[in-house]
Amino acid sequence: MPAVTETRETVEKLAKSSYEWGFETDIEMDIAPKGLNEETVRLISARKEEPEWMLEWRLKAFRMWLEMKEPEWAKVSHPPIDYQDAHYFAQPKKKPGPKSLDEVDPELLKTYAKLGIPLHEQALLAGVEGAEEQKRMPVAVDAVFDSVSVATTFRKTLEEAGVIFCPISEAIREHSDLVKQYLGSVVPAGDNFFAALNSAVFTDGSFVYVPKGVRCPMELSTYFRINARNTGQFERTLIIVEERASVSYLEGCTAPQRDENQLHAAVVELIAMDDASIKYSTVQNWYPGDDEGRGGIYNFVTKRGACRGVRSKISWTQVETGSSITWKYPSCVLAGEGSVGEFYSVAVTNNHQQADTGTKMIHLAPNTRSTIIAKTISAGKSDSTYRGLVRMQPKARNARNFTQCDSLLIGDQCGAHTVPYIESRNMTARIEHEATTSKISEDQLFYCRSRGLSEEDAVGLIVNGFCREVLKELPMEFAVEAQKLLQISLEGSVG
Amino acid sequence: MNVATTVQTSPGLEAFVGRSAGQGTALSAMGIPTRRVEAWRYTPLRAFADTVWAEAPALSDAQAQTVLAGLPLPEAGSCVVFANGRRVEALSSLSDSIVSTAAEAEDPLEDRFSAVLNAALVQDGLSVRIPAGTDAGMLALVSLTVGENISTHLRHRIVLEEGASLTLFDVNAGEGRYVTNPRLDIVVGKGARLTHVKLQQDSLTAGHLAIVAASVDGNGNYDSFTLNNGSELARHEVVAKLTAAHAQVHVNGIQIVDGSRLNDLTSMIYHAAPDCGSRQTVKTVLSESGQGVFQGKILVDRIAQKTDGYQMNQALLLSEKAQINSKPELEIYADDVKCSHGATVGALDDEQLFYLRSRGIPEAEARDILVRAFLLDALDLVTDETLRDLLQGSIRA
Repeated sequence: MPAVTETRETVEKLAKSSYEWGFETDIEMDIAPKGLNEETVRLISARKEEPEWMLEWRLKAFRMWLEMKEPEWAKVSHPPIDYQDAHYFAQPKKKPGPKSLDEVDPELLKTYAKLGIPLHEQALLAGVEGAEEQKRMPVAVDAVFDSVSVATTFRKTLEEAGVIFCPISEAIREHSDLVKQYLGSVVPAGDNFFAALNSAVFTDGSFVYVPKGVRCPMELSTYFRINARNTGQFERTLIIVEERASVSYLEGCTAPQRDENQLHAAVVELIAMDDASIKYSTVQNWYPGDDEGRGGIYNFVTKRGACRGVRSKISWTQVETGSSITWKYPSCVLAGEGSVGEFYSVAVTNNHQQADTGTKMIHLAPNTRSTIIAKTISAGKSDSTYRGLVRMQPKARNARNFTQCDSLLIGDQCGAHTVPYIESRNMTARIEHEATTSKISEDQLFYCRSRGLSEEDAVGLIVNGFCREVLKELPMEFAVEAQKLLQISLEGSVG
Repeated sequence: MNVATTVQTSPGLEAFVGRSAGQGTALSAMGIPTRRVEAWRYTPLRAFADTVWAEAPALSDAQAQTVLAGLPLPEAGSCVVFANGRRVEALSSLSDSIVSTAAEAEDPLEDRFSAVLNAALVQDGLSVRIPAGTDAGMLALVSLTVGENISTHLRHRIVLEEGASLTLFDVNAGEGRYVTNPRLDIVVGKGARLTHVKLQQDSLTAGHLAIVAASVDGNGNYDSFTLNNGSELARHEVVAKLTAAHAQVHVNGIQIVDGSRLNDLTSMIYHAAPDCGSRQTVKTVLSESGQGVFQGKILVDRIAQKTDGYQMNQALLLSEKAQINSKPELEIYADDVKCSHGATVGALDDEQLFYLRSRGIPEAEARDILVRAFLLDALDLVTDETLRDLLQGSIRA
């Protein structure tokens, strides 16, 4: 069939559009030797100047990890990972605080520029003294630049409100009691293979504590970047929101282009007390690998939120366009009466990407509610799976769940799968689930084309419409970026 | 593949099958699935794993006749009766349009326990074909099991040649505590049509592990409906493959679960050709400590463009202790398809109850009306009126 061949050629040509944000920064690094053993764990703990209990906690996790097997149930395939063939610690070499941006490592600034971080914010990030007074911005950034938070901005403003927002390594030293009380309380060290690995070797991440009655004055944001070659990144995020407090947290990821597969195993724990609310938004755009699926990030993440208090609320929003493999199930444990869990997700896979993502809503208490909206878009030779669990425990009287999973297939070489688990042990609980799979209709495309849109713009428009319910949940600045990302991710997928 | 595990016999297995499972066979390699096996995570075989299930002794014709008399059967048509795993000639009669054939090997379905167990212990079965263009009318296939701690493993094969048609009423019943493990292979030829209505009314202490393997050719139609109405633990499993354009498959069913019983409907509908359609509506009513399981998978092959797949699964929970586990699954590799599934779980609607009661209907009756209404749109999918009435009469209140 010549028409098909022609189409394929066109697609291949178009698919060559490479990773827009693929670049590598060349700055001096302090790297631990390759390999993973108790010594590595001790080294990380020592470098981070951690208290003894933290080291013990890590070692316990490491020993559990040794006993565990890598999970195989996800619908993804990859060559076996050699956990000994990676660096578990990389830290940019420390310099005393620069006086102005001129003194900042120019490579670092270039990276920020490509990330689109405004200049004054760059100064803040690079730790330029006195930069904070220059201009107020509505977003606080905790940039994780290869495992170590280089700087944390807006500390002062947040401190005035009583909010703690700092790298977790700092929190371990300075807010030891809080960390000790909550770390691992939502995702225990032995929860799963990757969580155990993270617990043993996590190097950095963010810590947020919002005290009683405080509405966090700004949106908190972390830019994740994997930068050095062959350093697995093990982020650990812990967010605790006390009674009647609230916070919105943004997590954005871009990563430089490289050849070897990289492992990323983060753990995020959220804790919401009575009437507290947490909104956690992610735009994930790790390097997805090349057209043949070589390279690219393995993203094996454990994210879980505990609605501990009555009427508490945790909302996950994610736009997943990157990584060669995604294994991620942001979940909510609804333990407080009347608590609410939400999951809004857009997952886009192209070329040889594989995504197995979804959520778990565990209803433990009466009158709990959850909403799941998952949009999956597959193109190229990619495979995308929604895997979700809704469980109503016997005490979940009058609990409610609504789930909607929609898949869009672009091209006949990709796959889209839906695997929902629905378990109810309470007769008064109500669950509704619906899922559809379809393609972009010729009618829609024709309509857009006849109004002068190029095929790619038309697809972009239709896809953005398909994802609208999720995108509208994103904070403003993220929504714009996400729409752009969707279009870039699907470039060359329609011929 | 780990070779070491294939020669070991799982310890409970010899006891379970009550006779040698054979070293190195598919069954001994698989063992009895635990809840760690994904396909059995909601259907634990524990309660059956510690009993020795001996080969069923023959049942006298008179005994079989007594059990048969209590069953709802259509008056006309062919009938084949199996009692304790053996064909009862005295109670069987086949019309000329149903031709006996030699049993033939089909896909062993090596990853499915019910099929592997059946292959290891198969006893007897019905093997027939319906010649091209023939309407063979009604065939009642009755499997009776009577006894304690026995098991039966029947294997049937029904082939419909091009343009043939048949209505199969598949009745399973018995008395005592036993395991019945029937396998039914179905081949629907081009433009042929098989209506398969199954009544699973085994003893409330029995285990029922049935598997149906259907393959449907172009323009063929396999229209099935199962009423899971008995057994302590029952799984009705269907593996249906649509092999050429415009084939149609329906895998519908109703499950009525009370006591501390468990009923399970597991299906895999494999669209291996373009332009095919599949429909599935499964309704489960749960009371007391009943447990319901639905695992329905639609697999759409890369070449199966223009597939139209629909799946609806609804559960009604009538008691605090009832439990439903549902897993509707889509695995799709073709882009130009229309596939959807829906699932709902909930209790009776208070407003509907109130409406009926406000019109003078007592609560118990109002509930009964609502439950029947819930089941009705599934039951309506049984196209054969005679069988629909028989099924409706068999639903336990």
